[in-house]
Amino acid sequence: MLFANSHKSQKWALIAVALFYLALVLVIPALVVFVEAFDDGIGGFIAALQSRNFQKAMQLTLIATAITIPLNTLFGLCAAWVIARNRFPGRALLISIIDVPFSISPVVAGLMLVLLYGERIGWLGPLFASIGIKIIFALPGIVLATIFVTLPFVAREVIPVLEDLGPEPEEAARTLGANDWQTFCRVILPNIRWGLIYGILLTNARALGEFGAVAVVSGSILGRTSTLPIFVEQSYQNYQSVAAFSAALVLAGFGVLMLIGKAILETYYLKKSPSH
Amino acid sequence: MGIVVEDISKRFGQFQALDHVGLVVPDGKLVALLGPSGSGKSTLLRAIAGLEAPDQGKIWINGQEMTHLNVQERQIGFVFQHYALFKHLTVRQNIAFGLEIRKVKGTEVRRRVNELLDLIQLQGLGDRYPAQLSGGQRQRVALARALAVQPQVLLLDEPFGALDAQVRKDLRRWLRDLHHQVNLTSVFVTHDQEEAMEVADEIVIMNEGRIEQVGTPQAVYDHPATPFVMKFVGEVNILPSFLDRTYPQAGSSVFVRPHAIKIQSERTATSLAATITHVVYRGWGVQVELMLGDRIPLTAQLDRQEWEGLEVAMGEMVEVELREAIAFSEAQEQRANSPLLLK
Repeated sequence: MLFANSHKSQKWALIAVALFYLALVLVIPALVVFVEAFDDGIGGFIAALQSRNFQKAMQLTLIATAITIPLNTLFGLCAAWVIARNRFPGRALLISIIDVPFSISPVVAGLMLVLLYGERIGWLGPLFASIGIKIIFALPGIVLATIFVTLPFVAREVIPVLEDLGPEPEEAARTLGANDWQTFCRVILPNIRWGLIYGILLTNARALGEFGAVAVVSGSILGRTSTLPIFVEQSYQNYQSVAAFSAALVLAGFGVLMLIGKAILETYYLKKSPSH
Repeated sequence: MGIVVEDISKRFGQFQALDHVGLVVPDGKLVALLGPSGSGKSTLLRAIAGLEAPDQGKIWINGQEMTHLNVQERQIGFVFQHYALFKHLTVRQNIAFGLEIRKVKGTEVRRRVNELLDLIQLQGLGDRYPAQLSGGQRQRVALARALAVQPQVLLLDEPFGALDAQVRKDLRRWLRDLHHQVNLTSVFVTHDQEEAMEVADEIVIMNEGRIEQVGTPQAVYDHPATPFVMKFVGEVNILPSFLDRTYPQAGSSVFVRPHAIKIQSERTATSLAATITHVVYRGWGVQVELMLGDRIPLTAQLDRQEWEGLEVAMGEMVEVELREAIAFSEAQEQRANSPLLLK
């Protein structure tokens, strides 16, 4: 009897520790952002959102994210299919290369892009400059940096799901007359759905919040090439804490919206079929 | 008509999976590809299906050359060992898959699916998902799905390999009855010789990428072409050839089936002395393990009456007659030497 009780109290102790840790690291900071954003009341918050610099920053962030997600999703799907369904020399190397963005500091990634595309000093910079395309300190550079840091997510989420699925359902579909596109839409996609969605969500989250690489590549020119995360940092450095926290709250809001969306999708599909 | 395979070879890296294989599957017959792992039987089946491209050779199905057609164009039905059902679709949707690819009209699809559900006797389970079915039910759905598009031939890759022994036996019988009903040219792969013997019209025995023998179950059992076939189909005793004095010296061994060994108490001119080392009761009969002299083990099978008539027991000395011994040439014996196969 005594033994059983101490077991139970151990369980609750562990839960308490976990909750405390979460509160410290996640909940309290989030609450602080919320409170500080409304330090000047709702009016202050709305004024911050209406400032030209904020609007431009949000625009840049959303555009870069909107371009990055479809491109990296396409890449991730292709890479995952090639890797999961084939054995070829260099396969392990390819997997490692896809993981490179994880192992490089984002600032280093940004510097890499500057060295490659910088107008005067870059390897390819003069080439693009000659046809009138500005990469560094402009939107293309921001997009490239965002693509780089979010590259692995979709591939890494989809590869294990595809490997788990095995080649047989695809072979079965082909014996039944399905061509590659039909096989992809009717057999592969429905089965990798959740891995794909999660990968896209991660890509989205990282693209919205990326700081280091984009800061280096964009030059962080307020009102011109500052994305939302950079705007948050710059506002804070300029002692405009309401602006900073308001922008931060908007960023956090995007994150929450995504998670709600995911939860809705999951509940909907859970109701539809028991196989999930 | 039927399936014709001509001079097919296939290599995976260093491994020769198929070595100049040729085969004819008569129209409407149910043929088993039987052999151990690595014998090439699955590779051959997949080559016929178009899932594997041979390095050389040709394939015809119903008189039409298929060698350069992809799997979608060959109009075959394929059943996989692990069912390969679409787990995100219901039973009905699985069966309807091929029909929907061909853009068959909704009412026709429904009719055909119902027809097939009747055939596989799963009428009430159309709206279930594969995860909610037993292994045997899943395989029946896989079969219905393959048959839905009215294929020219039916190919099954170890269809019962993933099932329990009893379910396997039931489905085996069911497949054979289904074949009598539908009469579609069918080829199935198995490593279970009992299964091949029970289900197939003809058995193709394969080993190391080559065909050892093609024949009816009886032909293959009673008149094996090579030592490998004799060892793989049914049980066999391998004895040094000097023991069977009626045989000319061909090769170093003679092969004797356990039921071709007569146990008796009297000595005769051709009998051999042996000691009974072990007796195993097998329901319908008895398996008697003996030792010839002190070095050569022998296994005999008798029915209960025969055994009880002898009135001998373990440890006793008896006389043994080799009623039917088969010998092969030296060259054939060399090829059959594989430790995995000796029973």
